[in-house]
Amino acid sequence: MSKAKAVSLISGGLDSLLATKVTMDQGVHVEGINFFTGFCVEGHTHAIRKKDKARPKRNNALWVAETLGIKLHIIDIVEEYKDVLLNPKHGYGANMNPCLDCKIFMVHKAQQWIEENNFDFIITGEVIGQRPMSQRKETMPVISRESGADDRLLRPLCAQNLPATLAEREGWVKRDELYGFSGRNRKPQMALAKEFGFTDYASPAGGCCFLTDENYSSKLVDLWKGRGVREYEMDDIMLLKVGRHIRPNPNFKLIIGREDGENKFLQGYKNSYTSIKMISCSGPLTLIDGVTNDADLELAARITARFSQGKNEETVTVETKRTNGETKTMDVKPLPVSEMQQEWYV
Amino acid sequence: MAHFELDARRMFCPMPVIRTQDKIKELSAGDTLDVICTDPGALHDIPAWCRINGHIVLQTKELNDEVIVKVEVCIDA
Repeated sequence: MSKAKAVSLISGGLDSLLATKVTMDQGVHVEGINFFTGFCVEGHTHAIRKKDKARPKRNNALWVAETLGIKLHIIDIVEEYKDVLLNPKHGYGANMNPCLDCKIFMVHKAQQWIEENNFDFIITGEVIGQRPMSQRKETMPVISRESGADDRLLRPLCAQNLPATLAEREGWVKRDELYGFSGRNRKPQMALAKEFGFTDYASPAGGCCFLTDENYSSKLVDLWKGRGVREYEMDDIMLLKVGRHIRPNPNFKLIIGREDGENKFLQGYKNSYTSIKMISCSGPLTLIDGVTNDADLELAARITARFSQGKNEETVTVETKRTNGETKTMDVKPLPVSEMQQEWYV
Repeated sequence: MAHFELDARRMFCPMPVIRTQDKIKELSAGDTLDVICTDPGALHDIPAWCRINGHIVLQTKELNDEVIVKVEVCIDA
């Protein structure tokens, strides 16, 4: 009899590592699948910021796959994910995180994948009670049902607390060799990791999505408010991860590089946004998101100067460049700290 | 056997890996692919992806601000 085949949703965290290992140890052929939404926390900011360049970088999903010796399929779902984020049927968590809809969507994509690739079932590292929004006893059947995976979805770490799935009924896996973990306590997973000899796994409590981050979510909401429309592109997602975001007026905001790495990154967007750079002293590169008149641009230049080496000078020289190529040099007085309003900071 | 280039400049991981994966699906065993990136994370991630998917990394190099990973596509991968 040929081996049963499963695809495992690999986030790069401990739970999916363990769930996959538990299933593999029962003789199932497992391959990994990892979905890239654009909001995944996978080293973007490290890659951008110069001060982080020396930090070791590792894609945790790849690390999990290599540790387990399985193939990993990384799928770009950036475009399709927009509808999940913009119209979540089950709403948001504490921030802009549509965790339940996200899980349903990813399991649905995995279901499509197993149908296309003749695999038998899907594995996730979900644990009942682990997450307040998406991993609760009530949400487990919702995910199975609304994803279309139904009983082809196996959660090896908490399977003993749930009705038997197809994989158990067909004998592809033995239910008594699965687990009955529940709750937020991570100790059982950490003990199992130790048993398997896994030591270098990603932080157990670490989030893997920018949407669970309060600051990032605030910037996203501000972006939509500023534009008057709930839409985004990949570049918007990236720019929200970079720089100081300051909105002195509803019609525009500044994205100000905080160090050389960010300035260099922002340079790549100079043709798409109005930009400001310092001429008479060193300082940040600023992009302006929104429509600005000359007075707005002068205010933006004064704010930029506030973060330059010339912040204590009477005047500094800056160059502004609009997207139509119109370039102007102007002398401006750096905005005093007393005039920087706290509510401008996004 | 043919040689190909993939421009993954200004993409951040995992996008260079995804583009490499998608490009290799179109290639045949023995073909070689140079992936040109600006994210230094690609130096680690593309070889890791190749190892787990059975392709060979022939060379990695850093040139100015770019990273080039040369991959040989392998059969059955």
